[in-house]
Amino acid sequence: MTVPAIQIEDLTKDYPAGFLNTKKKRSLESLTMQVEEGEAFGFLGPNGAGKSTTMKLLMGIIFPTSGSAKILGRPISDVEMHKDIGYLPEQPYFYDYLTASELLDYFARFYGFSAAERKARVEKMLKKVGLETAGKIQLRKYSKGMLQRVGLAQAILHQPKVVILDEPMSGLDPIGRREVRDIILELKRDGRTILFSTHILTDAEMLCDRVGVIVGGKLQGVGRPDEIVGLKAQGMEILFEADTGNAKTAAILAKAAKSGSRYALHVPEESLYLTLDELKAAGAKITSVAQIKPTLEEYFMHLVEKDRAQAAAIEVHGK
Amino acid sequence: MSRILSVALNTFREAVRDRVLYNLVFFALLMMVAAVFVGQISLGIESTIIVSLGLSAISIIGLLIAVFIGVGLVSKEMEKRTLYALLAKPVRRWEFLVGKFGGLVLTLTVNTMAMAAGLFLALLFVKHSFEASDATILIAVYFILLKIAIVVSLALLFSCFTSPLLAILFTAGLYVAGLFIHEMRNLSGSKVSPAVQAFFSWISYILPNFENFNVMAAAAHGKAVPGILILQNTAYAAIYCAIVLAAASVVFSRRNLK
Repeated sequence: MTVPAIQIEDLTKDYPAGFLNTKKKRSLESLTMQVEEGEAFGFLGPNGAGKSTTMKLLMGIIFPTSGSAKILGRPISDVEMHKDIGYLPEQPYFYDYLTASELLDYFARFYGFSAAERKARVEKMLKKVGLETAGKIQLRKYSKGMLQRVGLAQAILHQPKVVILDEPMSGLDPIGRREVRDIILELKRDGRTILFSTHILTDAEMLCDRVGVIVGGKLQGVGRPDEIVGLKAQGMEILFEADTGNAKTAAILAKAAKSGSRYALHVPEESLYLTLDELKAAGAKITSVAQIKPTLEEYFMHLVEKDRAQAAAIEVHGK
Repeated sequence: MSRILSVALNTFREAVRDRVLYNLVFFALLMMVAAVFVGQISLGIESTIIVSLGLSAISIIGLLIAVFIGVGLVSKEMEKRTLYALLAKPVRRWEFLVGKFGGLVLTLTVNTMAMAAGLFLALLFVKHSFEASDATILIAVYFILLKIAIVVSLALLFSCFTSPLLAILFTAGLYVAGLFIHEMRNLSGSKVSPAVQAFFSWISYILPNFENFNVMAAAAHGKAVPGILILQNTAYAAIYCAIVLAAASVVFSRRNLK
């Protein structure tokens, strides 16, 4: 049996809060999930949902209140395991007195590469992230998008087996996003395990084998992007053209929405054939029949609203 | 070891690029003015004045850099979140701390050596030659460096768990307290209670003892410094720094970054 690339068991993180830190604010609650080797896993959630907290816990930047996690079968407390991991922090900031080349060379030293290998890797990475002409410029002069690219370069510099990217598309223009997406796809093709967080749902749909939705520190669901959407299929949409003067169609048209010369009718899946028969009998021309799939965004908003409603209910109950 | 060295060299590079070494210009000007001015007095105490002034300036400048840069070594990295990417590399937190310490001590060593060279140049200007007894100046400079290393370790320790401002206050407070170790141990003749005497006596062994590092008077008057004192101070500084860095590592290894 192969060991999951990332295995998280009951991971919880509380932060001290309130006057004199006497209270606790739960940022992550009993997170249990795993990411398989070679998988691209998208971590979805709004700001403050616990995505970055999870990643920081995995990287040993903060420590869990309870629970445990392993990466490539080794506990997260094992720093040596970082040789096989690449990490891009959220809104990365680097030593601004260094140039991009110097920064990457500095980071490469921790992997024990020779000077020649460091030079070759740095050049290759700068080219990969589109900064080959800006390598000699101090980072203090970099834009947010350029820093994001440097961040990505330092994360994959040593060809890690597992890549953890916190909001890799953040701060990038459409071209930059496309380039980063291509890099992630390339990593995926190379068989690397990728865990990345985002709130840009199309990116997740496009890149991920599976997604996990986290809201309010709690994992709400894990599955393939289409599975997650499929869970909430909302019926069928029939597009048709019909003669408005026909008395037989009047009842159906009353329920349909007009869009240009066509009408759209939403019906439950079980009454699809019955409605189609009715339309056929009324002489309507059916142009399209499709399942109504809520977007990941709609599903995501639904979960956020559900979590807020639950929190409000708890608050009312508490009072 | 290579990881510590990498962090140390980067810390040195940061200090150089942040123009920390610009203080040398001030020191050079001070020495030039002093040499010219003292040369005109010519009362036979030119070298004493130059050495006293030079060593005092080396000590004060070094201490200011040690405290103000020292407290920022860790806190700045936490504040700016530059640490996130670094700690994701195969580097332990204690290695990072020791590297930071080493980097600033290296910076201060280069700085102090440059200032010492300036002092010797000024001395040459007023005396026109060197004597064997001038070697004591080198020992005084070495002791200043040891003292500064202890201050850097303390600044680093405090910056691991408190704000930069408090870290500055704590470090400066300990430095001042460390200049009065002898007085703390000799309170018996005064009117304080035995309990307070015992407390101060006990605490005087925990506080850094900077009194033994001051051989400026001996250097200014060309008196020899016993070899045993050099060994003793070297061992003391090494052990004190090691203990403080170990404590800093324990604190920092458990610290949740923001």
